[in-house]
Amino acid sequence: MTQKMHIKLTVNGEDKEFLAEPRELLIYALRENLNITGPHVGCETSHCGACTVTLNGKSVKSCTMFVAQANGAEITTIEGIGSPDSLHVLQEAFKEHHGLQCGFCTPGMITRATKLLEENPNPSEEEVRFGMAGNICRCTGYQNIVKSILAAASELNASKEAAQ
Amino acid sequence: MNDMTPDREERSANLKGLGCSRKRVEDARFTQGKGNYVDDIKLPGMLHGDFVRSPYAHARVVSINKDAALELPGVVAVLTAEDLAPLNLHWMPTLAGDKQMVLADGKVLFQGQEVAFVVAKDRYIAADAVELVEVEYEELPVIVDPFEALKTDVVLREDLAGQTEGAHGPRKHHNHIFTWEQGDEATTNQVLDDAEVVAEETMYYHRTHPCPLETCGSVASMDKVNGKLTLYGTFQAPHVVRTVASLLSGIEEHNIRVVSPDIGGGFGNKVGVYPGYVCSIVASIVTGVPVKWVEDRMENLMSTAFARDYWMTGKIAATKDGKITGLHCHVTADHGGFDACADPTKFPAGFMNICTGSYDIPVAYLAVDGVYTNKAPGGVSYRCSFRVTEAVYFIERMIEVLAIELNMDAAELRRINFIKKDQFPYQSALGWEYDSGDYHTAWEKALKTVDYEGLRKEQAERVEAFKRGETRTLMGVGLSFFTEIVGAGPVKNCDILGMGMFDSCEIRIHPTGSAIARLGTISQGQGHATTFAQILASEIGLSADSITIEEGDTDTAPYGLGTYGSRSTPVAGAATAMAGRKIRAKAQMIAAYLLEVHDDDVEWDIDRFVVKGAPERFKTMKEIAYAAYNQAIPGVEPGLEAVSYYDPPNMTYPFGAYVCVMDIDVDTGVPEIRRFYALDDCGTRINPMIIEGQVHGGLTEALAVALGQEIAYDDLGNVKTGTLMDFFLPTAWEVPNYETDHTVTPSPHHPIGAKGVGESPHVGGVPCFSNAVQDAFRAFGLRHTNMPHDHWRIWQTANRLGLHD
Ligand code: FES
Ligand code: FES
Repeated sequence: MTQKMHIKLTVNGEDKEFLAEPRELLIYALRENLNITGPHVGCETSHCGACTVTLNGKSVKSCTMFVAQANGAEITTIEGIGSPDSLHVLQEAFKEHHGLQCGFCTPGMITRATKLLEENPNPSEEEVRFGMAGNICRCTGYQNIVKSILAAASELNASKEAAQ
Repeated sequence: MNDMTPDREERSANLKGLGCSRKRVEDARFTQGKGNYVDDIKLPGMLHGDFVRSPYAHARVVSINKDAALELPGVVAVLTAEDLAPLNLHWMPTLAGDKQMVLADGKVLFQGQEVAFVVAKDRYIAADAVELVEVEYEELPVIVDPFEALKTDVVLREDLAGQTEGAHGPRKHHNHIFTWEQGDEATTNQVLDDAEVVAEETMYYHRTHPCPLETCGSVASMDKVNGKLTLYGTFQAPHVVRTVASLLSGIEEHNIRVVSPDIGGGFGNKVGVYPGYVCSIVASIVTGVPVKWVEDRMENLMSTAFARDYWMTGKIAATKDGKITGLHCHVTADHGGFDACADPTKFPAGFMNICTGSYDIPVAYLAVDGVYTNKAPGGVSYRCSFRVTEAVYFIERMIEVLAIELNMDAAELRRINFIKKDQFPYQSALGWEYDSGDYHTAWEKALKTVDYEGLRKEQAERVEAFKRGETRTLMGVGLSFFTEIVGAGPVKNCDILGMGMFDSCEIRIHPTGSAIARLGTISQGQGHATTFAQILASEIGLSADSITIEEGDTDTAPYGLGTYGSRSTPVAGAATAMAGRKIRAKAQMIAAYLLEVHDDDVEWDIDRFVVKGAPERFKTMKEIAYAAYNQAIPGVEPGLEAVSYYDPPNMTYPFGAYVCVMDIDVDTGVPEIRRFYALDDCGTRINPMIIEGQVHGGLTEALAVALGQEIAYDDLGNVKTGTLMDFFLPTAWEVPNYETDHTVTPSPHHPIGAKGVGESPHVGGVPCFSNAVQDAFRAFGLRHTNMPHDHWRIWQTANRLGLHD
């Protein structure tokens, strides 16, 4: 066991401080040290995207990063996207368009999709498929995930227009 | 009473019953990251287990030294076979009548086999300690080829040495497991000898893996004070796990509670009982605190539950004008180091004998030889009913090969041979009774929708253009027509470890007119909480929104055989309807009493009983529910509850017609799926939205298997595809949009006529994708080439056919 280090993170707007081994993967720091179990572990090799979080404004597979590397970062997980009383548009869209089945990929999918729509608020179907290619789903065949994201995009755009 | 007045229409819609694309109730928690999967479970004082695994595919274990591992701070225990032996837990029975090592007992039989179980304070310490366990191996010759296994002197299973009889009859060789024969060999051979045309082909259905996004795992918690064991885990059949755990551990069954929490996909991977589950239980018993075991992806791909690995040789006899007269099939089945196939006991090759497919074949013979090799055990049904994917791939390839032999159109050949609508119930040559079907209608609908004639014309033009050097892409039209066999099954011939394959539902109606129903199945994403409530809503006239569905906790749910082989809707769905009908029967007596008429003078109408001929006099189900609890009704017990254990009279036989249009770049081997049309007939449709989702998912898993996904070994038994780098899981980028369609031919023996759908798209999809690739090269003389058709193999096919010259 290596010496533990003092880690500070801002997760979903809350400041967190804890001790962790520097080699601990960020996903385990979130899940084990902080009890944030929305992001999942599907591979630990950066392939599946189940562990996706937003870290300092970028989509990051949290199994690809040591917690030491994340020290000081601002992180958003699925738990920080929408709340039970006011779901994020993407969360609503996934429900509405059957964009999930077992739900295991869903936190990573939705977290990634929030960033995708920030990067490209008006994506084509191709762009959604390409932009989501880092997230694997074994259940849905993606068709309804793509549909959900496209629907959320138009919803977000419509409400933006209405606000202007 | 059948005219749909606006009032009745509204009442019916309010139920959100059968046929409604009701949104899923599960999704609220999943979209907010509030699912509760096994790795999310944390119990006070919980320890973590991790395996020392064999790097060799075949070796003797000379010694195991735990000292260094035990010295590492945080390590609590290291278990080996020697520690498990006094409890008689170093081996365990498999579902296939064989036994399997829990931890290596003297030798290892496949790479990744469990050798020792380390228990430590956290998963990092456990992983560190795994590295510190010193195991000395003595390498033995490795056999990865099942044909070689049947010839070699090398004995893989020394524990079976001298046993000439296995669980399924005689063993012909020390590496042979069983021969399973079905049908009439002599007549079939006679028909083949006399036939005008015989087409023969050998095909390998490669080894692959269900690979759900969540791997397998368990948390065992032995409460020594009360003598109770609680086991959480990724179990597709929690009750069976409880029974097995009781038989293995000696703990009485009432002292064991098995809970399947949310499951992150199963597809067959989570049917089996794995050493990890057993070791977490033993470790919890030994340490007195909860122990968690969750495998990583590499362990998942290497050790738990492969699928397929069938070498199939077929001979199909026909007349010159294409009428099939007989079918012969021999399979060499590679089962790996232990026979741990998850099939009903009497079916060592599952329902492979559905291999006559959708065709009226008068005589057939099937023989399957199971063989031991130095590969991982398993043989699960990856998104299909037991070995049905293999069977359907076999017959749908044989049809294509026969079409080539006859120089005939493959769609026409199918049309000529389909079982006709008026032949149902149809007795197949290999022993099944198909319940219902209308194949011709489905086929014509599919061909018309895709403009089949037009596609063939375009394809012919493309071939000409290719020959003229104007294009480097070829076009493939993949066809498949499949008949699934699901809903295992009748207790008279289907059991798992002696447990009849019925399923169950228990309903309690609450006084205010809402309800809870508990089932013996467990959802892994199929949306049971949504669809079973719909079945019930239509039966008992309470809105699906007022019905809670609960599964997966053996302390509360009635005994059931679980969810796999598309059995939930056919079996547990039927139990749900039947239990609902019991509720309604009692409700009728209560309603009659309240309305002061005879029982026979009221009739059911959507959500109420009405007095015959006086529809203004009625009692709604809500009113009846209240009365059941607050009125003393002569001759009727208080309360409103029912339970049903459903033993299905027959399997159900969903079917479908699929067409795939593909463009293949001859120089890169890259296939581009231009169109995929899937027509499914799953009988009565409970929730069209969910059906469609199941079809998309099953087709995508079919695409994966057909176009690249495999568990490959080298000659030394090393797994070459142990991570998602090498094991192909398609992303959104590789997957097309699918067109879905349907016909409805209800099952005549199912209470609501439903047949099940979750696995059909996989069963029908694999041959459809494969046929599309192979069809593209038909004009250039290709007869058959094995899956998976990855870019490299497609390129090689083109090269072999001289298309790069
Ligand atoms: S767990 Fe991080 S990408 Fe799979
Ligand atoms: S919903 Fe199961 S993996 Fe995506």
